[in-house]
Amino acid sequence: MGLEAFIAERKKSKDLLVMAHVVCGYPSFEENLQELEIMAEAGVDLVELQFPFSEPSADGPLFVRANEQSLKAGTTVDQCFEFMALVSARFPFKVLMMGYYNTVFKMGEDVFVQRLKEAGGVGYILPDLPIEESANLHSLSAEAGIEPVILMTPTSSDRRLAQLGAASRGMVYAVARKGVTGSKTNMGDDVIALIDRCKQHTNVPIGVGFGISSKADMDFLRGSADLAIVGTAALKTWEQSGAEGLQKFFADLMA
Amino acid sequence: MDIFDFSDGREGYYGEYGGVFLPEILHATIEELLECFRECKADPKFWQDYVALLQNYSGRPTPVTYLENLSRELGGAQIYVKRDDLNHTGSHKVNNVMGQGLLTQRLGKTRVIAETGAGQHGFATATMAAKFGFDCKIYMGAVDVARQRPNVFWMENLGAEVIAVEDGQKTLKDAVNECMRDWVTNMADTHYILGTACGPHPFPEMVSWFQSIIGLEAREQIIAQTGRLPNRVYACVGGGSNAMGLFQGFFDEPNVELIGCEAGGEGVGSYMHSARLAYDDASVGVAQGYKTYFLQNEEGNMNETHSVAAGLDYIGVNPIFSHLHDQGKVRFEAATDAEVKETLKLTMRTEGLIPALESTHGFVVALKEAATLAKDEIVLVNMSGRGDKDIFTIADALDDAKWKSFICGKADQYRAEKK
Repeated sequence: MGLEAFIAERKKSKDLLVMAHVVCGYPSFEENLQELEIMAEAGVDLVELQFPFSEPSADGPLFVRANEQSLKAGTTVDQCFEFMALVSARFPFKVLMMGYYNTVFKMGEDVFVQRLKEAGGVGYILPDLPIEESANLHSLSAEAGIEPVILMTPTSSDRRLAQLGAASRGMVYAVARKGVTGSKTNMGDDVIALIDRCKQHTNVPIGVGFGISSKADMDFLRGSADLAIVGTAALKTWEQSGAEGLQKFFADLMA
Repeated sequence: MDIFDFSDGREGYYGEYGGVFLPEILHATIEELLECFRECKADPKFWQDYVALLQNYSGRPTPVTYLENLSRELGGAQIYVKRDDLNHTGSHKVNNVMGQGLLTQRLGKTRVIAETGAGQHGFATATMAAKFGFDCKIYMGAVDVARQRPNVFWMENLGAEVIAVEDGQKTLKDAVNECMRDWVTNMADTHYILGTACGPHPFPEMVSWFQSIIGLEAREQIIAQTGRLPNRVYACVGGGSNAMGLFQGFFDEPNVELIGCEAGGEGVGSYMHSARLAYDDASVGVAQGYKTYFLQNEEGNMNETHSVAAGLDYIGVNPIFSHLHDQGKVRFEAATDAEVKETLKLTMRTEGLIPALESTHGFVVALKEAATLAKDEIVLVNMSGRGDKDIFTIADALDDAKWKSFICGKADQYRAEKK
C-alpha cells in the first residue's frame, strides 16, 4: 500500500494521524528501536527515518547534533537501509526516508528509489531538493510506487503553491512557520490559513510540522490537518527522560 | 565568452554545476533577490554608483605593482601584482560587500548576516553595515574565531555581533550552514551577504559580477604598464571570488593562461588539505545550496579540510570553476602550508609586501612557474588581501621568540589587571 492510500486507510478510524521522526544511529540503532517500539505502541502512523548528513542546514540545533553524533559513531547509508527494512517489517506504521539530497545524488537516484522500495519505505522527504530539480527522481519514484513528500510553506506564493500542488503525491508537508526544526510554533490563525491555502492547491493529505509538541497542538490541528508531524520534541524527551518519558510524551500527545 | 548567458542552458547552471538547492521556504526570497540583481545588473547607474562608492570609500582603483627585485632574483618572467590588499579593510572582500550593501538597500532590508572564515569577509561586512546603518550578525566557526581574534575584535567594535559556531568542524562550511538557518527564519528583513562565488544561484554570478572590477582594472593597468597582456594570471582559490574577479579581465584571451591556486595543506595524499580541483580527492555533490566538486566521502558526507589559511579552508568551490576546470579553461594547482610560509618570508624580505596567507598561495605557484619562464614573459598575481591580520599565525609559523615574549608579557599584564 502506498503512502496516500495508507493515510486514507488510517483516517477511517482516526481524525488526526501522527508522523514521528528518528535520526538513524542516534543515540544508537538500539535506542532507535526502543523509541520506535514506544511510537508503535502509542499508535503512531508514519515515521521518518532521517539518514544523517554532515551539512543538515535545514535542521535546528538538536538534530544538527544528532546528525553529527550519528556520523561520528560511523553510521552508513547501508546501515540506514538495513534498519529501515527491519523497522518496516516489524511495525504497523509506514516508514519514509528523510534526509538531504546529496545522500541520494551520490548513490544515484535510480539506486535510491530501488533501495528505498526494497527496504519497505513508502516515500521520502528531501528538504533541500526543490521541484525544479526533482523531475527525474519523481518519475523514477512514480514507476516504483514511491511517493515524494513536497513541502509547502508560509512564504510560498499562490503561484508557487500551484506548482508545488501539481508535483505533490502521497502527502504534503506544510511547514508551520519560518525557521529550522525544533523551536516552538505559536499555533494560531496563521497555521490554519496556511493549511487552507495548501488545500486549495492539492488534493493529497496535509501534514503539519515544525514546533508540534503537545496535545494542545494536536487539538488545534484536528479538523484542519490530516497529520501532525512530531520531531524534535520527541527526541528532546528521549534525551531528558528516556523510555518512560517518551511513553508518557506520546500517551499525552495522542490522548 | 559570456558564462552568465543562460539562454542556451539552465538558469544558474555552468555546465552541470551550480543551480539552487535550498529549502522551499527560501524560494520566494531567492526569486526576490534574483529579480533585484537582474535590475541592478541591467542598470548602468547601479554600476556607476558601485564604482564611485569603492573609489571614495575603499581607495579603488588599487594599483598593479611591478616586483622588480623578485623578478630579477628569480631570473624568469616579469612579475606583477594586483594590489587588492590596499582596499579598506584589507582585502578584495569589500568589493562584493559594498555591492551587496547597495543591493540590500534596493531590497529594502535592514539587517545583514554573513559567514566568515579568515574573518576578512566578516570584517568587510561589519564595516559596510556600520556605514549603511544595517544590523549585522556574523557567523564564524569556533576554530576560526580562535585563530583570527584580531578580525573578531574589529567586527565587534564595528558593532556586529559575532557568533562562534560550535557545530561540525567549526570552520567556514559550518558558518555557512548557520547563516542558512538564520536566513530561513529572518528572510523578511534580512539579506544574506554570501562572501564568495559559491552557494545557490544567483550568488556565484552576483559575487563574480561585483568582483569583476578587479579584472577590469588589472587588464587596463597591465596593458598601460607593459604594453601587452600577461602570459599567465594567478590567484588563490578558496570559494573562488578573488580569482573569478581577476580572471574575468582575461577570459576572452586565448593566449592568457589562468591558474587557480588552491590550499594544498599538508600535501597530496595527506587528506589534510582544501584542494578540490588540483588534487583528485573531490567529487561532484550537492551541499550548501549548489552543485559542485566537494571534498566528501562516497556517501556524500563532507570530509575534514585543512589549510594554514582559514579563508581557503573550505569543502566546495565556485561552480563556475568546476565547469571551467572540466573544459580546461582554467588550470588548478595547489600550494602547501610549508611552501606558503617560505614564500611569505621571501616576499616580505625581497619586496616589502605582506600578502595574506590566502593570497600567498597564488604567489607560491606564480613564483615557482615564473622562474621557469623567459625574461620577456609576464605573470600577474592577485594579492587579494594583506597579511597583517595573520600576525598570530605567521608569528607561530616563523616561531618568533620576541613576539612570543611580547604575548606572554601582555598575558601577564591582563592577568594582573583581572586580580
